[in-house]
Amino acid sequence: MSSTEWNRRSFLKVAAAASAAVAIPEAALSQPPSESRLPPTSKSIRLKVNGTAHQLTVDTRTTLLDALREQLGMPGTKKGCDHGQCGACTVHVNGRRINSCLTFAVMHEGDEITTIEGLAEGGTLHPVQAAFVEHDAFQCGYCTPGQIMSAAALLREPIGPKDDDIREAMSGNICRCGAYPNILAAVKAVRNQRS
Amino acid sequence: MQPFSFSQARNQDDALVQLRQSGAVAIAGGTTLVDLMKLDVQSPAHLVDINSLPLSRIESLPDGGVRIGAMVRNSDLGHDETVMKRYPVLSQALLAGASAQLRNMATTGGNLMQRTRCYYFRDPAYAACNKRTPGSGCAALEGFNRIHAVLGGSEQCVATHPSDMAVALVALDAVVHVVGPQGERRIPIEEFHKLPGTTPHIETALQNGELITHVTLPKSSFAQRSAYVKLRDRASYEFALASAAVAVDLSGSTIREVRVALGGVATKPWRSHEAEQALTGAPANADTFRAAAEAALKSAKALRYNGFKIELAKMALVRALNQAIQA
Repeated sequence: MSSTEWNRRSFLKVAAAASAAVAIPEAALSQPPSESRLPPTSKSIRLKVNGTAHQLTVDTRTTLLDALREQLGMPGTKKGCDHGQCGACTVHVNGRRINSCLTFAVMHEGDEITTIEGLAEGGTLHPVQAAFVEHDAFQCGYCTPGQIMSAAALLREPIGPKDDDIREAMSGNICRCGAYPNILAAVKAVRNQRS
Repeated sequence: MQPFSFSQARNQDDALVQLRQSGAVAIAGGTTLVDLMKLDVQSPAHLVDINSLPLSRIESLPDGGVRIGAMVRNSDLGHDETVMKRYPVLSQALLAGASAQLRNMATTGGNLMQRTRCYYFRDPAYAACNKRTPGSGCAALEGFNRIHAVLGGSEQCVATHPSDMAVALVALDAVVHVVGPQGERRIPIEEFHKLPGTTPHIETALQNGELITHVTLPKSSFAQRSAYVKLRDRASYEFALASAAVAVDLSGSTIREVRVALGGVATKPWRSHEAEQALTGAPANADTFRAAAEAALKSAKALRYNGFKIELAKMALVRALNQAIQA
């Protein structure tokens, strides 16, 4: 690869590989690195993301969002407001959607974390992803991973059948381009397929 | 954000021991605490993660009440069938709060410990905040105070309490159960949150080293016929400018017993005994409801930018009463 072929994503991948985070096989995880040399404000933790366990050392201040993006090289989850006001950072923890910017990575050992990178199965888009493509449910795309993760979780939640129920359930994801009509159409289409 | 050390509580006793360390603070859902740590408004030296404590159950009690564990998530409580049927005001208040993502994180205990959304409290660039730094003054009194309190304020603080859930709990005579080094205590919800007075930095009755374990809702004649109305700057995912929680026991068309609580307009989840007095024994009609609303806001004091809240709160209360009697 010549230097001109470097793009942002491949740079992030290399940067992540160079950091302390590594994906390791289950067997090797039985002995996490000794904590004795770490300061009390750092911790060695094991995070399970999209079915793969990762051992990493984090400053305790690291949010789940920053651990995913900066240490595990998964930039699909977006940082918008970083204060729980926009929903761009939405991921699933144990099957439920949360704002990954408002929780510390050290609080999620033993949890099943799913990000936008892990939503498609075996190369097949998740129905919500396919519906977003079909209904052109985005413009700039920055809020889209969060919108899709929210919509995928919404399918399992006890919400009503009306358009307004979808609007209310999706209100935690802000789209500054204003792609809401098409987002609504995409979510509706997936719900109709399933009912 | 300031550096901190971190540990997990294995059980309740372990949590109490760990919370005795100097500078230790419990973290549950984190939706308030992590936010305020990022803003350097709160800087705990040590966090005790209480998410693995077995306090996530909603149980019906033999006396007809309900017991809600402190770690029950707002989404689970809001969608709970017993709560929806027997305490609808609580379900409505919870589901009107925040977003689905935040409700999946936020807990019952954490919601009671929510901090105000006062702009000046949340921004350390403003030196004057008696809640953040006792004795430093109040930037909101003469500042932009559109979201601030018209009830329960003092010369030291006019910050509103942001919770929807707690307003509903006030209308349900809830009791907060806590445990600490001295053992267990029961705190009626009305006494749990404190008026600012001359000590706005003391917000709740919870003492250092104490932990909320659960909240109980007693059986009552009024809980089932109840409603929550929340008025805000946008239709969803926003804090209340004014809200009302009401619970009504009707005998024919006469109000036998009633609870009235207001949110978004006061320095704590605000029970209005004045409105209750105006309603009790009166016919359930528009005149009675308007009289109750006038009584509830009689002592309201407007600041420069928040006068509109007085009429808004009255309308929220009238609408909530109408919804409750039709329930």
